[in-house]
Amino acid sequence: MKKHYFSQLDETIFFHTLDNGLKVYMLPKQSNKTFATFTTQYGSIDNTFKPLNQEKVVTVPDGIAHFLEHKMFEKPDGTDVFHDFGEQGASANAFTSFNRTAYLFSSTSNVDKNLNTLIDFVQTPAWTDESVEKEKGIIGQEIRMYDDNPDWRLFFGLIENMYHHHPIKIDIAGTVESISHITKDLLLDCYHTFYHPSNMILFVTGPIDPEHIIHLIEENQKKKDYSNKKAIEHVFPDEPRQVAKSESILHMAVQTPKCLIGFKEPKPYRSGKELMKHEIAVNLLLELMFGRGTEQYKTLIDEGLIDESFSFEYTEEYGFGFSAIGGNTEQPKQLKQRLKEMVINFKNGTIDTKSFDNARRKRMGSILRSLNSLDYIANQFTRYKFNQMDLFELIPELEKLTTDDLKQTLHEHFSEEGFTSCTILKK
Amino acid sequence: MTYIQEKVTSTGGLTSHLVQTDKFKTNTLLLQFRAPLEEATVTKRALLSYVLKSATAKSPTSQELQSRLDYLYGATLSSALSKKGEQHIITFVMTIANERFLSNEQELLKQALSLLGELVFDPLIDEHAFDSKTVDKEKRALKARIQSIYDDKMRYASQRLIDEMCENEPFHLHTYGYEKDLDNVTPTDLFEYYMKMINEDAVDLFMIGQIDEEKILPELEHIFPFTKRVEKLGGIQNQDTIIPDQERVIKESQPIEQGKLNLGFRTNVRLGDPLYYASQVFNGLFGAFPHSKLFMNVREKNSLAYYCSSSYESFKGFIIVMSGIEFSNYEKARTIIIEQLSEIQNGAFSEHDMSLTKALLKNSILESLDNPFSIADILYQQVASKVQFTIEEFIDGIENVTTEEIIEVANQTKLDTTYFLQGAVKTN
Repeated sequence: MKKHYFSQLDETIFFHTLDNGLKVYMLPKQSNKTFATFTTQYGSIDNTFKPLNQEKVVTVPDGIAHFLEHKMFEKPDGTDVFHDFGEQGASANAFTSFNRTAYLFSSTSNVDKNLNTLIDFVQTPAWTDESVEKEKGIIGQEIRMYDDNPDWRLFFGLIENMYHHHPIKIDIAGTVESISHITKDLLLDCYHTFYHPSNMILFVTGPIDPEHIIHLIEENQKKKDYSNKKAIEHVFPDEPRQVAKSESILHMAVQTPKCLIGFKEPKPYRSGKELMKHEIAVNLLLELMFGRGTEQYKTLIDEGLIDESFSFEYTEEYGFGFSAIGGNTEQPKQLKQRLKEMVINFKNGTIDTKSFDNARRKRMGSILRSLNSLDYIANQFTRYKFNQMDLFELIPELEKLTTDDLKQTLHEHFSEEGFTSCTILKK
Repeated sequence: MTYIQEKVTSTGGLTSHLVQTDKFKTNTLLLQFRAPLEEATVTKRALLSYVLKSATAKSPTSQELQSRLDYLYGATLSSALSKKGEQHIITFVMTIANERFLSNEQELLKQALSLLGELVFDPLIDEHAFDSKTVDKEKRALKARIQSIYDDKMRYASQRLIDEMCENEPFHLHTYGYEKDLDNVTPTDLFEYYMKMINEDAVDLFMIGQIDEEKILPELEHIFPFTKRVEKLGGIQNQDTIIPDQERVIKESQPIEQGKLNLGFRTNVRLGDPLYYASQVFNGLFGAFPHSKLFMNVREKNSLAYYCSSSYESFKGFIIVMSGIEFSNYEKARTIIIEQLSEIQNGAFSEHDMSLTKALLKNSILESLDNPFSIADILYQQVASKVQFTIEEFIDGIENVTTEEIIEVANQTKLDTTYFLQGAVKTN
């Protein structure tokens, strides 16, 4: 077992890779609860691949990774694992994103038992034809719930505009139609291909003793045979740099229209320090352009184009990346026009060092704040690791960044060909 | 071991609560103002929470104020509105980095406290009125906030249920006020109400983190010179018991995809009542967890919903059920929800279900101590209710709940109002 001390944050990470390839990270903390996540690098975008021990590449129904997440909770005796966690005083949950599926629990007692339960249930597929059918009704209602959520629809509308072929444009939960094609065996194919320990990270944080935890995990894994390790063969379509659609409009039962603009990242193939630096740069640029302390924000408020729901974010993972800026607005057309102009003006101007320093300080505070949460640390640490980065190096990396670093990113990311917008109007 | 190390001190009209902990990378400050929830003041208070956090005499625009915050390593400043039973609460929240994790910084906490004091005691005014430009701007912001509830169908349905169910109680009042009243509030009215709030509200300051007590405590009376006052708020007791005489059903239509079915029950058991802990366990068995009856029956067994859960409103003694269903499943889902209550009334739950529920309730209160806002909320709940309990007492209380007590609560639980938000109704 190795360990790494991050002196500025006063945190020590312990880590070890097991013989079967499972990577385990542990962060001792003086908290009441212990929080653990067991995450596979598999999400909604992994829809075309060669299933383990099969010859042909297949494309599986939209929403299957998320469906699989739901079915994992079923046990061989037909009961669900929530009960086991409950008995052991733990609350459990899971989520599926574009490229990760995470299972998690938090508890203030029975940590050893809960950890074994977490590993065991994720390593025991137990669904039946009947239970798969039953789940379709439940997930159907989850899809309907999102159908009525205007912010979600807006965000996905923006992504759909950006991408021609990349499966990021598929809604994570799929559609009522697409999930109707999911079967017990298709779920097993996905499971065996993507849930090998070598494709997974286990993260444990809380008042733990790393030696003890790693021993427990090793004992657990020893009992299971994972010798069938094979490299995963994915297929991703070629994706042009240009957006697929430069705008779209949806109609929903809302009182206030919404508008989101965004830029498609032209080169989303970074990892490690390069990715970290790029993400920090785009985030700082967004802060400098539209942060609450900027002239631009004041103008947008004064002109009545935005309200406090206005926000911006940047997402990048291997193969896709985009910024998204906007919120509720009484005048979506004007807002879109104004935002676009402001980006162009910003590109033609210079970045002053005082604003840059302020934006950087703000980012530091916000990183520290998010590190208050064990849930955040576990989820994000795993996400950073899957991209060969270290969450705890964010602040030092931020301190190193200069205005010159921003300039290149500014002209590369915020391009005309990458621009699109999505609007929601009252039905 | 005590779970929360709280030090309470009073200076003038301010009660401060200091919770010393090194769990967090930031320090958290909450300044809370409490007054009765009343129709005449609810909109003014809401607007005031917006206006005060928007500018000060020293930083007359939001941009100037924001850049001061950014400079303080991205300190955050926000205001929130809430109610604890029939008390209306304005909260100003600041979070600030613990300088221990930054190179070469000092006294961020003191600067944050001063800024919080400045917000409340040195606002941007013009004679005896707030700056009218700021007031107009914040009226727009608040209006947008009020309107946005309609677009979030889950929140909208929850709000509508309470509107209907509590028609005759102040509790129905919206914490963010009403659009129709907003236009009539002048900068002068607002200033008058501000003076009243500063002089009469019950004020509590929570400071959670690594705090240098000896340095900070003596500063408080200078930063927050609240004058002494007599608290008039009554806490949680002396509420009327309301037993619904008939079940009400309210249906509304909108062009949406999923129906939102919410049910409001009255238990009349509140924080501090002998059956309080039994109500917590009852709610856990009924709908708070994934092993609860609602989840198991509405979702797992009948595939009717993705979410179906209940929550316990302990200041009023309500159990509120929320679910999202296919429009055509209204009758079926409603029947199954009500059946789950009868099941508990008939004692159809095991020893095992009970111990599981207790374990999860205990876990959730202990976990909440890892979050600074939850710590503040647990403490403030006691301030507002005037019911004191320690975490240890809470855990014991849950532990000692008996089957009989749970059945007693279940029998006391009466359906008051059903609210259903459905799709566009087709007329044939």
